[in-house]
Amino acid sequence: MKKNNTPKKHTALRVIKTVFSFYPVMMPVTLICIIINAIVSSIQAVFMQNVIAMVEQSWQSGDWSAVGSQILMLVAVLISFYVFSLISGFAYSQLMAIITQGSLKKMREKMFNNMQRLPIKYFDQNNHGDIMSRYTNDIDALRQMISQSFPQLLISAISTMTILIIMLYFCLWLTLVVLVCVTVMILITKYIGGHSSRYFIRQQRSLGKEEGYIEEIMHGQKVVKVFNHEEESKADFDKINDMLFEESRNANRYSNILMPILMNIGNIMYVIVALVGGILLLTDIPNVSISQMALSISVVVPFLNMSKQFAGNIGQVSMQINSVVMGLAGAERIFELVDEPKEVDNGYVKLVNAKIENGEIKECDEHTGIWAWKHPHQADGTVTYTRLAGDVRLFDVDFEYEENKPVLHNITVYAEPGQKVAFVGATGAGKTTITNLLNRFYDIADGKIRYDGININKIKKADLRRSLGMVLQDTNLFTGTVMDNIRYGNLTATDEECIKAAKLAGAHDFITRLPEGYNTMLSGDGSNLSQGQRQLLSISRAAVADPPVMILDEATSSIDTRTEAIVQRGMDALMKGRTVFVIAHRLSTIKNSDVIMVMDHGRIIERGSHEKLLAERGKYYQLYTGAFELE
Amino acid sequence: MIRKLAHSIREYKKASILTPILVSVEVIMECIIPFVIAKLVNQIKAGCTLGEIAIYGLILIAMAAISLIFGAAAGSTCATASCGLARNLRKDMFYNIQGYSFENIDKFSTSSLVTRLTTDVTNVQMSYMMIIRTAIRCPLMLIFAFVMAFVMGGKMAFIFLILVPILGLGLFLVIRKAMPLFRKVFKKYDALNNSIQENVKAMRVVKSYVREDYEEKKFGHAAEDVCNDFTKAERILAINNPMMQFCIYTVIAFVLSFGSYTIITSHGLDLDVGQLSALLIYSFMILNSLMMVSMVFVMITMSAESAKRIVEVLDEKSTLSNPENPVYDVPDGSIDFDHVSFKYSKSAKRMALANIDLHIKSGETIGIIGGTGSSKSTLVQLISRLYDVTEGDIKVGGINVKQYDLETLRDQVAMVLQKNILFSGTIKENLRWGNKEATDEEMIHACKLAQADEFISTFPDGYDTYIEQGGANVSGGQKQRLCIARALLKKPKILILDDSTSAVDTKTDALIRKAMREFIPETTKIIIAQRTSSVEDADRIIVMDGGTINGIGNHAELMQNNEIYREIYTSQNKAGDSDEEK
Repeated sequence: MKKNNTPKKHTALRVIKTVFSFYPVMMPVTLICIIINAIVSSIQAVFMQNVIAMVEQSWQSGDWSAVGSQILMLVAVLISFYVFSLISGFAYSQLMAIITQGSLKKMREKMFNNMQRLPIKYFDQNNHGDIMSRYTNDIDALRQMISQSFPQLLISAISTMTILIIMLYFCLWLTLVVLVCVTVMILITKYIGGHSSRYFIRQQRSLGKEEGYIEEIMHGQKVVKVFNHEEESKADFDKINDMLFEESRNANRYSNILMPILMNIGNIMYVIVALVGGILLLTDIPNVSISQMALSISVVVPFLNMSKQFAGNIGQVSMQINSVVMGLAGAERIFELVDEPKEVDNGYVKLVNAKIENGEIKECDEHTGIWAWKHPHQADGTVTYTRLAGDVRLFDVDFEYEENKPVLHNITVYAEPGQKVAFVGATGAGKTTITNLLNRFYDIADGKIRYDGININKIKKADLRRSLGMVLQDTNLFTGTVMDNIRYGNLTATDEECIKAAKLAGAHDFITRLPEGYNTMLSGDGSNLSQGQRQLLSISRAAVADPPVMILDEATSSIDTRTEAIVQRGMDALMKGRTVFVIAHRLSTIKNSDVIMVMDHGRIIERGSHEKLLAERGKYYQLYTGAFELE
Repeated sequence: MIRKLAHSIREYKKASILTPILVSVEVIMECIIPFVIAKLVNQIKAGCTLGEIAIYGLILIAMAAISLIFGAAAGSTCATASCGLARNLRKDMFYNIQGYSFENIDKFSTSSLVTRLTTDVTNVQMSYMMIIRTAIRCPLMLIFAFVMAFVMGGKMAFIFLILVPILGLGLFLVIRKAMPLFRKVFKKYDALNNSIQENVKAMRVVKSYVREDYEEKKFGHAAEDVCNDFTKAERILAINNPMMQFCIYTVIAFVLSFGSYTIITSHGLDLDVGQLSALLIYSFMILNSLMMVSMVFVMITMSAESAKRIVEVLDEKSTLSNPENPVYDVPDGSIDFDHVSFKYSKSAKRMALANIDLHIKSGETIGIIGGTGSSKSTLVQLISRLYDVTEGDIKVGGINVKQYDLETLRDQVAMVLQKNILFSGTIKENLRWGNKEATDEEMIHACKLAQADEFISTFPDGYDTYIEQGGANVSGGQKQRLCIARALLKKPKILILDDSTSAVDTKTDALIRKAMREFIPETTKIIIAQRTSSVEDADRIIVMDGGTINGIGNHAELMQNNEIYREIYTSQNKAGDSDEEK
């Protein structure tokens, strides 16, 4: 725990600062309330001492009237303190609830909003489960820390300080006794706490291993059944499960025994204070204290209570240690995501609505169905307009995901408006990478890509992507109705337009057969639909977006050939008049392309129409005649 | 439900019973200590000797030590008991799942099973720890402290009779109001996290449609909603704290004023200063344990949901069971479907298979073809009793499949599933799934038949190459060939390939079929395929459509008289033909 204290401290400070910045008024008010509450609950010992001192003086005389009014007076003052304390206690616990949840919400939003702006690279390089756990486990750990640990630590600190002062006010000797005991308690906490957290980390590791095993077996449960492999998987499971049991038993054992040990050392301290107090009362060792008062039974009694409170505080702090450690680790990971650098966009060419007047392109506000690239030239301050046509050209493009591991070499492709360009090749040949470069999910290392003659690096990313329709191999649907999912392609589309797009993509038939038609709720990434149906929806979504350029990456791979033949007409209608890039594993899907690029290890090795390539009797011919394996 | 869970305690019963006993001793000691100290205080006041103080001190320290030892021991046994319960719960669930039939497996999603085995078990473990420790400790402490308070304070302790019900009622009301809110908001919270997951997975879609702003807005609304509900629930729960403080303050104010009055007026006979101090300690114990009780209650109700989900898995009984006098020998590889109908669930309206009548001779090669959703896979899954027929009978080797020992049947009817999976481990380890005792020669032979030997030998580690989870480091075609080899090692009488060569090129595909024809001629082979080329040379081809058999015959016959077959064939071969015409 000690090793990396500074980053931890830094994170703790940042959490506090962040919460303060969220609630600049509420936070100080809350702090003041906590302080009042903590001081009052400690200071009552002074009243107790005074009352008992008075009782001591007059219990033998039995004369209530002499001290009664004074005692009642003291109690009345105490009660008025209590009223303050209760009000502040109520206020801070209510405020804390608001602040905690509000801060968590803002943290979540910060994370989420930054996440939306991150480059695709981040999602390709980071495990999705790991990203998710920041929203679940880490946020939960942070909640624990903000709502419980921080206030508790503050209360404990303040009340420890107050009590310490009051103790010194009464008697130095007894205070020393308490401090010695507390030192022992802190050492024990450190020792046991250290063991406990070591085992907790091991337990987490075992749990991760067990989770991985369970996941793998549950995923392949049907295979297990088919191969009668049940007994073996049980045996393997037992090994991992027993290991987890050992680790978690040790972890819990240490954390479980900490509390009783601390509490009973507290009890021993209580006894020692009583003993030392008694000895001091009986012998004539002079008392040393701030108040200069002599030691009497009226001092020892509140001292006993205070020592109990003191021990209680130490116990409280020790109980928060694990959650603070976990909370800070969580906060660190949350800040990591918040701080992750955003996708850079230096584009300045924008896509605008346009109309044509006297053969010239004019920018306008209303939707005309005509789009133009607005290109301001920095050199002379002029603005030129280019009509959006869908002409995409790659010149000598090189690319690498990791340094010195080139994936694409000298890729040159011309796609004129309305042309269909296909890519075939084995997995890893670089087909999908090309599409990742077109929409600038990744930036090219060398070469140039021009869209309607404009270097795509100059185009604003959002506008570039708006002009490209993507249908990806893994279809992702969102929780919502079928209609909502289609409309995702164009938020302003009417129901009629969505239905028209679905008809175009050949999805209309199966949608109308769903229980609620277009209003059927999809959940869990459309798990109630077949893979083929999901692909049809994803094509409809692209159709409603109506972009001049479309990229279909294995868009029909899960639709069987017979169904594909049926939706082919719709697909053809969809592709008509657009520049289309098609990646497909199934050659029947791409046969009718204007040009087919055969890719191998990041290079285009053959190019031409289906007929031309067959006549060349090269790789494509081998593929087509089945002499060569894809994937 | 509780009995079901309790069944998993087993060998940890001792630790489970021991914990509350140890805790009880700890609590008793803890309650007596202030009592003895009160005595000591009065002794000191009365002016006793140092020797007497020392005796008291020794007694007290001994008591604290006993309390410490028992408390620590309880902490330890409690850890054993609760972690042990968790261990057994996971084990019982896992074992039970291993006994599930396909129908049972379909019911639970993989991710939900993983959650049940991990998070839910952890929740129950925490509650159990609470129950055997705190839930015993607190009521016990409540009672003891109560008794001691009466012993010490006499009628002063009546204040507790008033305060405890008030606090109890207050806590009860708070919990009753907050719990339903929490339950509701936890559901919303889950939905929120699911939507984040959806967003992360679909990031390419979000970015290609430039929907970042839209997603932010959508998320903002959902997060706001969750936040509001959480705040509402937490604010109700936050009343507990000041309520508790109010009670403590009331007790102190009361004890100080009324207590000092009693001491003075009775000349210290009814109450003395030592007792007064002890009374304050007890009051704290009473109220604190009441508070803890309410917290335990909250914990338990929150984990009740998890317990329910665990019991669901434990209660799920396999829908398939071994017959009473099972047949352990499959005579041959013939298969008979007699008027078989099947639906996946009782409530399903449509039959997945309707009135199938089909007779396959031992050693025959059968091809099955049809569109997605035509129930091709369903048909073959009935043969090895992965599902039971709804109506009709299926016979293998002339004996009804329900009469076979399940393991025997599945060993003799090997199936390569459509969604096939390799497990993390070496190639050899994966192959041994087919036959535990397979020798290296047998494995190589099977791989040669499946055309896998060639690529395996190119790997630097050959057959000891480590396959990553899900077979991530081999290509789709290689994975499929390994899966076929794995099934071949069983030396089955019937081999079913459910679309198992879709990623294998047609040439290799043909080689696999040729090898099977030559080396395992007596095995009945059923091949489901998308490509007509994979089934062209089969003895008979079955064309499935919408859960019924649309046509049976060899390639030539079907081309003649089956429209669907012709359609599929032309959709896959049309361009090639027209090419040759040119």
